[in-house]
Parts: sequence; structure tokens; C-alpha cells
Amino acid sequence: MYDTSDLRKGLKVLIEGVPYVVLEAQFVKPGKGAAFIRTKMKNLLYGGNIERNIRSGEKIEQADVEDRQMSFLYKEGDDFVFMDQTSYEQINISKETVDDNWKWLKDNTVIQVTFYNNRPIDLQLPNFVELKITHSEPGAKGDTSGNVTKPATLETGAVIGVPLFVNEGETIKIDTRSGGYLERVKR
Amino acid sequence: MTEKARLARRLPLLAARARLNRFLRAHLEGQGFLEIEAPICVPSPGLEVHLDAFVVENAGPSQRYLITSPEYQLKRLVAGGLEKIYALGKVFRRGERGRHHNPEFTMLEWYAAGWGWDELATSVEALVAGALRTLTGSDSLGAVSLATPWPRRSVRALFEAHAGVALDGDESAEALRDKLARAGHALPSSAARWDDLFFTVFLDVIEPKLAASDRPVIVHDWPRPLAALARARADDPRVVERFEAYVPSPGGLLEVCNGFGELVDPIEQRARLEADLETRRLRGLPAYPIDERFLAALGDMPASAGVALGVDRLAMMILGVDDIADVLPFAVEEL
Repeated sequence: MYDTSDLRKGLKVLIEGVPYVVLEAQFVKPGKGAAFIRTKMKNLLYGGNIERNIRSGEKIEQADVEDRQMSFLYKEGDDFVFMDQTSYEQINISKETVDDNWKWLKDNTVIQVTFYNNRPIDLQLPNFVELKITHSEPGAKGDTSGNVTKPATLETGAVIGVPLFVNEGETIKIDTRSGGYLERVKR
Repeated sequence: MTEKARLARRLPLLAARARLNRFLRAHLEGQGFLEIEAPICVPSPGLEVHLDAFVVENAGPSQRYLITSPEYQLKRLVAGGLEKIYALGKVFRRGERGRHHNPEFTMLEWYAAGWGWDELATSVEALVAGALRTLTGSDSLGAVSLATPWPRRSVRALFEAHAGVALDGDESAEALRDKLARAGHALPSSAARWDDLFFTVFLDVIEPKLAASDRPVIVHDWPRPLAALARARADDPRVVERFEAYVPSPGGLLEVCNGFGELVDPIEQRARLEADLETRRLRGLPAYPIDERFLAALGDMPASAGVALGVDRLAMMILGVDDIADVLPFAVEEL
């Protein structure tokens, strides 16, 4: 069992028999009342978020989940094939489970995979990844004002907006949480 | 992290706080309130069940605590004939750290003999709106207008409208649980006490409504189990003369103050303190002493109203930040 003081981003808990991962946990205390932890949690089985106010001092069940470090090998049909970094076991993960994370997955990227009853249910990517731009039209000269962006195709096939001065063939750093461009990486 | 990097974004906010303090003092002094420097280290920190005090070791012949609010001492001064006073200073509450909480924070507390709670609530509206106008030149926070007078809603009206429950204030915890469950509210099995049931629904459904409003609100007429140091309403003793101001601000809904039509009956006050002490014993919480000098003075205290306002939250509201650390030179984890 966890205490409310254990609640923090990334903790895996069981609510009414369903595993959730905590996305946000915030201490709140109404005037003259008990403290609560205001949480936002993602359902690990079916997706979707819930918000729960949990009274300080309550016990929360631990979700019987296991996190394993795995590296991405290749795509196989609609599946993504990963290899366990410790046991070298290879497993297939469906595109539904991979979800939008495919955008940032290139060969050999090491990620954390969460298993529930030996089934992969969730992926956590590193906060930052570096990916090469395989295609982007040159930016129009002179138009460098403000936050103007142009589309760029990454080596994974994903398309994101980048500033006009960024060119095809360059490698850029991306925040996987927001999906946004951060900076160019010098190679 | 260097101090320069840590403070870079905060410097203008700290300068604004200094201006805010000057405004608060000038505003209250302009209305005839006298500033008091209240003691920080006291024999009793207050017995409220949900407040945890810092203990000061080796403080003299008897145990001492850091104040959780200067109210006992300020009320003794009101009883002694100081009719309009205020204190602007630090108070301390253990274990409280969140976006709106830091264990050491700044409280502005003011008392007026002869005022009703509603006059004092009007004074809060003027002070908060005046502070915003002085610091920003505006009467609004984005889409939220702070123009006075502010809407006022009773706790009963809020529960009726947003929770679909008729709250009495004298129902048992079991009866309250039944009412809330029948209205479809999810209640954890561990919430057994009246106040825990109340706040579960308050946080789940009432606060989101207040947060989504384009006006601040004075929430008044709190049910008797949440009386704290407020007196019962003469025409309906199931509710007490307590009010809170909630302001929807860019950094989230802020609960900025808590005020009372003060309980000045020493017998009733002792009974409430003893009930708090009993709850503390049952729950294995520290049993702080009853402040006998406070109780002895209460008999001489004229009918009064008093309010405590979180100055850090007021600064957050005006400056549009969502973490109290942004308006502090040092949050607790930065010391």
C-alpha cells in the first residue's frame, strides 16, 4: 500500500481494480479542512484520464505492474518490436499501445515499458529525443518574425512544425511531452 | 543553481510584493486600524484539528510553539480596548507545501470591534480590489472582474445549486453521508467525519464551479461543524458567521481569506476547544494546551469581526502565478 505522501508523477496505483499512472499530484487544503492530494491519473488499460481528490492519510493500492527497459528494434506490420535490455527477450507491442509515441521512436531508442499481468500496457519515452529531418522545404527568406514555423518530416515519418531557419538533413531536439521542437543539435 | 539563476524570474515579483505590503499598511491605516507586531512564539498554537504546529524546544519554563495565526493575542488586545487593529506577519503550519501552501507564510489579520461579519467582508473586497488596482492599474484579472461589491453565496446555496443536496448543518455525519450518496457523489469509505464528507464534495464539485466563474465570491454562513472560532447566527444556530473569499485567478482558484463574526462567549469557546482536544486525542494528534489567558480575556471582548488573509496568495493572484514559490524569496525546499 502507498501513503498519500508517496503520490507523485509516475507512480502506478490500483483504483477499483484498474491500474493507473499518476500524471499530477498536488497538495491542497481547504480552509479549516483536512489536506487532500488532488491527482490526475491515466488509465493504463483503456486510456483516458481521471481526476481524484484523495484525502491525506488514505492508503492507495499499488498496481502490480513491472517496468522494463527496452530498446526499439524495428516495425513488423502494425506491431513494434522491442528487446528487453536485461534478458534480450524480444516482444511485439501493438500500435494501439504504442499510440502517439511512434513519432519519437527510432531504432535503438531505449524506453520504459510497463507490464500488467505480463502484458505491455504503457510506454514512457525519454523527455527529450534527437531526430534527423529527412524532408523540409527551405524557409522563405526574410520571414523570420515571431513564431512562424514550417512542416518538417522526421526520420520516424512524423511531421512537426520547426522554425524557418532549420534545414533538411539537420538533427533537432524534441520534447516528447509536448511534441514540440526545442533546438538544433550540432553534429 | 546559482542564486542569480534561481531568482531571475522572481525579482520583479518580489519588488511587487514590497509594493503590496506598503499598500496593505496604508490602506488599513487609512481606515483607522493600528498595526500590532504580534508575538510569533506562544504557549498555545491553537487547537484546530487540521493544523500542525512547529514546537520550539528549550523555550523556557513551559513548552512554546510557533503561531499558526496571531488570533489569540490579537483578540486579547481587542478585549483590552484596542478596537481596530491589524497584524502583518509570518505564521507557521507544519507539513503544508503545495502550489498554494508553504509551511511559513505571511498573514494579514485585522479586527474591528462593533462590526458585523458582512461589514468586514466588504472591507476584504475593498482591500483585495484596491491592491489589484494599485499594482496593475486594473480591476480585472483576465476575464475575471473584481469590481465591488462581490457576489455572496451561502454554503447552503452552493450545495443546493452545484451538489444537489440540502445541507442543514445539524445533521449527523451518517445522515450527511446518506444525502450525498443519494445525490450521486462518490465518497471514499474512509471519509467518516462530517467535515471530511463535506470537503470531499466541496473539492470535487463546488470548487470547480467557483474556479470557472468570472467573479470572485464571498462564501458565507458555514455549517456549525465548521464553526472554528465563529459565533452561531442568532436567527439560525445551525450556521455560523464565517466567510471565505474565493478568487478565480490565472493561477487557479485562490482561497484568500477566512473571517468570523467572533465568538466572544468564553463558555462556548472552552467547550469547542475541549472538543478539538478530544478529537486530537482520539486521532493520536499532539494535544496542545488551552490558552487560559485568551479564554479569560474573551469575556471582556466586545462583539467584533476578524479576518485573516493570505498575503502570498494575494500576491499570486495579482501577479498571475500558479506556485507560491514564485512570490517567495525562498520556498521551504530552497532554504
